[in-house]
Amino acid sequence: MADREERKFAEVPRDSVKLMAESVGVELSDDIAAMLAEDVCYRLREAAQNSSQFMRHAKRRRLTVEDFNRALRWSNVEAVCGYGSQDALPFRPLKEGELYFVEDREINLVELALATNIPKGCAETMVRVQVSYLDGKGNVEPQGAVPTAVQSLTDDLLKYYQQVTRAILGEDQQLMKVALQDLQTNSKIAALLPYFVHVVSGVKSVSHDLEQLSRLLHMVKSLVQNPFLYLGSYIKSLVSSVMYCILEPLAASINPLNDHWTLRDYAALLLSHIFWAHGDLVGGLYHQILLSLQKVLSDPVRPLCSHYGAVVGLHALGWKAVERVLFPHLSAYWSNLQAVLDDDSVSNAQVKADGHKVYGAILVAVEKLLKMKAQSRSVPAEGSVAVRERSFPGLSPPQEPVSEPGFGIASHLLQGAAGVPAEEPVPVPLPVMYRELYAFFGDSLAVRFSTGPGIEPRASRAAPHQPPDSKKEGMGPDTTRKMPQLTASMTISPRQDSSPKNEPSLPAVQNSSAAPSRFQRSSSSSLQRSKPPPSKAAQRSAGPPREVFQKSRFPLPPATAPFSFLIAGRQTGRRCQGRRFQTSFPQLHPPNPSAQPPRGYAHKLPVIGRMGKPIKRWVCSQYSLHLPL
Amino acid sequence: MAAVQDGPIELEPENEIKTETSNEVLGNPGDASGGVPPTAPVAAVATEKPAAAAADSTERQTLLAVLQFLKKSKLFESEEILRREAGLLNEIGDSQGSGAGGAGLGGGGDAEPESGDASSLLSRVAGAAATASANATPAPAKVTPVVTGGEDQPDVNVVLAAYSQQGDPVLYPVYYSGLKRFIDSVLDCHRAELSQVFYPLFVHMYLELVYNQYEKEAKAFFEKFHGDQECYYKDDLRILSGLTKKEHMKGNETLLDFRTSKFVLRISRDSYQLLKRHLQERQNNQIWNIIQEHLYIDIFDGMPRSKGQIDSMSGSLAGEAKREANKAKVFYGLLKEPEIEVPLDDEDEEAENEEGKPKKKKPKKDSTGSKSKKQDPNAPQQSRIPLPELKDSDKLDKIMNMKEATKRVRLGPESLPSICFYTFLNAYQGLTAVDFTDDSSLVAGGFADSTVRVWSVTPKKLRGVKTAGDLSLIDKDSDDVLERIMDEKTASESKNLYGHSGPVYGISFSPDRNYLLSCSEDATVRLWSLQTFTCLVGYKGHNYPVWDTQFSPYGYYFISGGHDRVARLWATDHYQPLRIFSGHLADITCTRFHPNSNYVATGSADRTIRLWDILTGNCVRIFTGHKGPIHSLAFSPNGKFLASGATDGRVLLWDIGHGLMIGELKGHTDTVYALKFSRDGEILASGSMDNTVRLWDALKAFDDIETDDFTAATGHITLPENSQELLLGSYMTKSTPVIHLHFTRRNLLLGAGAYNP
Repeated sequence: MADREERKFAEVPRDSVKLMAESVGVELSDDIAAMLAEDVCYRLREAAQNSSQFMRHAKRRRLTVEDFNRALRWSNVEAVCGYGSQDALPFRPLKEGELYFVEDREINLVELALATNIPKGCAETMVRVQVSYLDGKGNVEPQGAVPTAVQSLTDDLLKYYQQVTRAILGEDQQLMKVALQDLQTNSKIAALLPYFVHVVSGVKSVSHDLEQLSRLLHMVKSLVQNPFLYLGSYIKSLVSSVMYCILEPLAASINPLNDHWTLRDYAALLLSHIFWAHGDLVGGLYHQILLSLQKVLSDPVRPLCSHYGAVVGLHALGWKAVERVLFPHLSAYWSNLQAVLDDDSVSNAQVKADGHKVYGAILVAVEKLLKMKAQSRSVPAEGSVAVRERSFPGLSPPQEPVSEPGFGIASHLLQGAAGVPAEEPVPVPLPVMYRELYAFFGDSLAVRFSTGPGIEPRASRAAPHQPPDSKKEGMGPDTTRKMPQLTASMTISPRQDSSPKNEPSLPAVQNSSAAPSRFQRSSSSSLQRSKPPPSKAAQRSAGPPREVFQKSRFPLPPATAPFSFLIAGRQTGRRCQGRRFQTSFPQLHPPNPSAQPPRGYAHKLPVIGRMGKPIKRWVCSQYSLHLPL
Repeated sequence: MAAVQDGPIELEPENEIKTETSNEVLGNPGDASGGVPPTAPVAAVATEKPAAAAADSTERQTLLAVLQFLKKSKLFESEEILRREAGLLNEIGDSQGSGAGGAGLGGGGDAEPESGDASSLLSRVAGAAATASANATPAPAKVTPVVTGGEDQPDVNVVLAAYSQQGDPVLYPVYYSGLKRFIDSVLDCHRAELSQVFYPLFVHMYLELVYNQYEKEAKAFFEKFHGDQECYYKDDLRILSGLTKKEHMKGNETLLDFRTSKFVLRISRDSYQLLKRHLQERQNNQIWNIIQEHLYIDIFDGMPRSKGQIDSMSGSLAGEAKREANKAKVFYGLLKEPEIEVPLDDEDEEAENEEGKPKKKKPKKDSTGSKSKKQDPNAPQQSRIPLPELKDSDKLDKIMNMKEATKRVRLGPESLPSICFYTFLNAYQGLTAVDFTDDSSLVAGGFADSTVRVWSVTPKKLRGVKTAGDLSLIDKDSDDVLERIMDEKTASESKNLYGHSGPVYGISFSPDRNYLLSCSEDATVRLWSLQTFTCLVGYKGHNYPVWDTQFSPYGYYFISGGHDRVARLWATDHYQPLRIFSGHLADITCTRFHPNSNYVATGSADRTIRLWDILTGNCVRIFTGHKGPIHSLAFSPNGKFLASGATDGRVLLWDIGHGLMIGELKGHTDTVYALKFSRDGEILASGSMDNTVRLWDALKAFDDIETDDFTAATGHITLPENSQELLLGSYMTKSTPVIHLHFTRRNLLLGAGAYNP
């Protein structure tokens, strides 16, 4: 509203009124048109005047179409529709004749629906605080600058985006590390989030390239761990990309030389991490994911690698997920797996190897399930040390107060997911469950209960210091594939990547040699555990489970590690005949003495990440708006 | 009823004048329109009849005064008619005496001597009657035209009919420029005062021309003289310039404002006599009539005011406030704090000892405690307004407050507060309102997409109460029952509240942090529970968008004001308002409670601020001086002063007790949306659309003004031009308009606004 001499408002000429009238088929005389025009002008000004009030109260400087429509509505005039667009509507002249019109292109709705470009600025509304002036004096930042956290996509940001994606998907490992590291800590990339999510959603197009897939997963991990990013609804897209890597029969899986198992393990680890760190965002997805995992597992047509993915995925979601989905399906699934494992023909060799993978994964998941269930039973209040120590007097090493991470995740999810009932309808009692599982796994299950990772204290604190790379080199890919089950058991503990501050560098799976390192660790632990004779353990396992734990855990001579060991399993299921298989493999390295924590029973425990608390605290402090007042 | 009654009083003389003038000006083409008005007044009088029968003596006095005027003007016929209509046939003899009585009654406030002639008396009487009725009737001017439609629109028709007199349109500019020449020629000391007449005269003459359909003349008149008007009227002039047709006048609110309320001018007796003499000498009836009918001239004895004095007070839609409007006594003192100090001091001491802190704070606390026990002579009675009793939690909160207060930073020109700015990011839906809790633990935002969002700004997350089923399982006797009822699963940093169906324009936390109020374009005020994060009540009463709402400092009551020009006082447990405050001539844009909860201040788009007494519902103060709609108000913590900010970027300071403007703070270049005094009242912080926070030395501003008896009596104040000395600092935000300011209990300044690129 410039304050010029007199013509400071819209004027509608008589001709326009006439044209309008003609367009609806009314002929107007000049006089009437003139009067109408004047009235229209006045009404327009009146409406503009009224609408400015709405602008002022909305504390804006710009009058919007909405303000105008509100003013119209309150004066009982129909609102004008169709002008809500943010973009200016071009007003064009027609070359022939003095005709002007508003450009109104046709919009292809299908195109619009399928468009891949991401709309800008859909991030969640939030409040950020900064100390602007201390004791009335300005801080270092220049006055009147634009806040850093949100900016429209500047050239700098675009450049950053290009550089980072190029570095992550490029050849240079070192560069990739730097880029991922920055992605994880950079506080100013909120505006780029949609773009990164879009890149990650490209997993489907690179399903032939394991390397690219794992790099994209690294990117997900960095984004998830960045404390400055609010993922909001983008988390769904990220989760679906991760699920793709876990479940899909990737093109890369066709070649047996490709280590897609590691990718799946890593993706599952990532999934559990997402659920753990962002449970509030993804809570609603929990049920959905369970269903899709269940669907894959119960579909015999799917390749074994998908089944493997489903199992590690369930394991990643915590023991409750295993109990709810895997356990009821196990008997049905077992017959299929049995058939694969029993077929010794040469043509079946590859499939059989895959079958062993699945077997191992199931074993690990089931083991966790049993342990957690036993723990949750023996510890009625959640993770109270005192209670636990009372139940295992003199036996328990000093415990971390908090229960298993898997439990933590599951409980978190159960709270968050609206549609999920808080408790399973009919929980199978532990002895029954153990007996049933024992029918499938035989002694190999019993063996695993000699010591449990579920009660091993903070061995993992030492983990970051253990230099795994030196050992990795010696391991061939073959050995890796021999012990899938142990790999899984190690990978899927979310505590593995517990404190991102301590271990901010690349995750262990970053190159394919990471898996062996885990294998190495786990095999050494298995060595120790395998000390008591399996038959004995099996005997005991028939008794109440608490007894099993107690006795099997009891007297373990430290550090007399033999250099090879057996896993013996007997499947004497209801449907299957008893079956024996043996796998032997050499122990390549003695356990690393430096990795062993000094106290109590810890020295015989393997190195597995084992910290619940620190991450949570870390997450909270980063997101807090707290300002010490 | 009183609104209707205005009609005949103002109308009858006009009716006569019309016939008189039409006799003079023969062959006037606008005769057709002249046919309309006689029917209107008759109808109005007819409806008035039963009311008049029951009329009290005041009305009767007014009628008698009119009769007297008619008689004096030799309009016997009209006198006869009126007498017949009013049923006063047999009181001819009395008319003289009761007319004087009426004058005395009307002029009682002014202590007006009898020297004024009958017509000036008349104007006074009519004015007094009009104000009496305006004060008495809550019926807002706004509502009437909307509700009534078609024929039974007495208000509008009657009001407009006032313009039906027919002077020669050609003579209007002559009259006006004649007056202008005269005023330019008078002594300097009178010129400024008499110049006040220009604007209302100009507007009314223009409207008369438009009403009588002299479109060209009206345009020419506007062109010729609109440049002479004060620049602060430009908004109204812009509306006027758009108005060129008689038909448009009906729905125009600005016009109705002008007509329903008399424009108030304050002129010294000398200046007024000068003007009157001039007009009478020149037989300038046209202007004289307008002055009598549409202006209220508040005559005072003494020195004429200077231009600066006049400018600082004028600018509102209906001129200045009448002096008597600000005469009522206002109990601006604070209420006595409840006596919870005594046991607390010990507790406090213990707590301090536990923390291992030194005990030296004790004497200080004692002194503050004893001070607050003294009854402030200016304070209202403790029970003047029934206030809710303190709950245990409130007492705890008070203890916390006092503890914090001991750690409060003493502010002053040398020690300015630190400022923290809360930026709302990604607020694409449009942030329209913000509020902080008193303890600065929660912040709430109202948004244009109808949502209200609450954030916790401490590490303590927001939790809802458990469901009824879960609650029944809780051990109700346990000490931590308040903790147990909370549902950990719902813990989150922010909560969204859905319920409004239009932009949320105002938002306010209850003092105990259990409730949140929000008001919206959808004409409702909603009360939300911060325990369950659900809506508890929707208060429906306003008919139009509600622009602002605020909780009383003691909770329970709240005030809301909106586009329907009334402010309403509510109690949270009543679904209907307890009081309706009407009187503003345009939207109520902001509402604030006095710290003692006995008064509310409302700022309006008519550029006035009114202070209302909650107990009686009366308007006890009218502050004029702003040149634009008022968008922010703040009471000083001691309750003595009020600060107000408007779209013109100026902040004005008012002394509530004396009803005076005492300061003008210039500096902002855009609307001031946020004002806040520091906890001890030393610093005033203002935040504006121009992306700055400014700090002003409030103590100095209040000290500099010496309110001697004379200024207090006349209300003529010369404002010191010391804005720049008072400005302690100006701080830019990061391209973010400041829409809320808050001082924490330790005097840290918090600002809030939404960053929108």
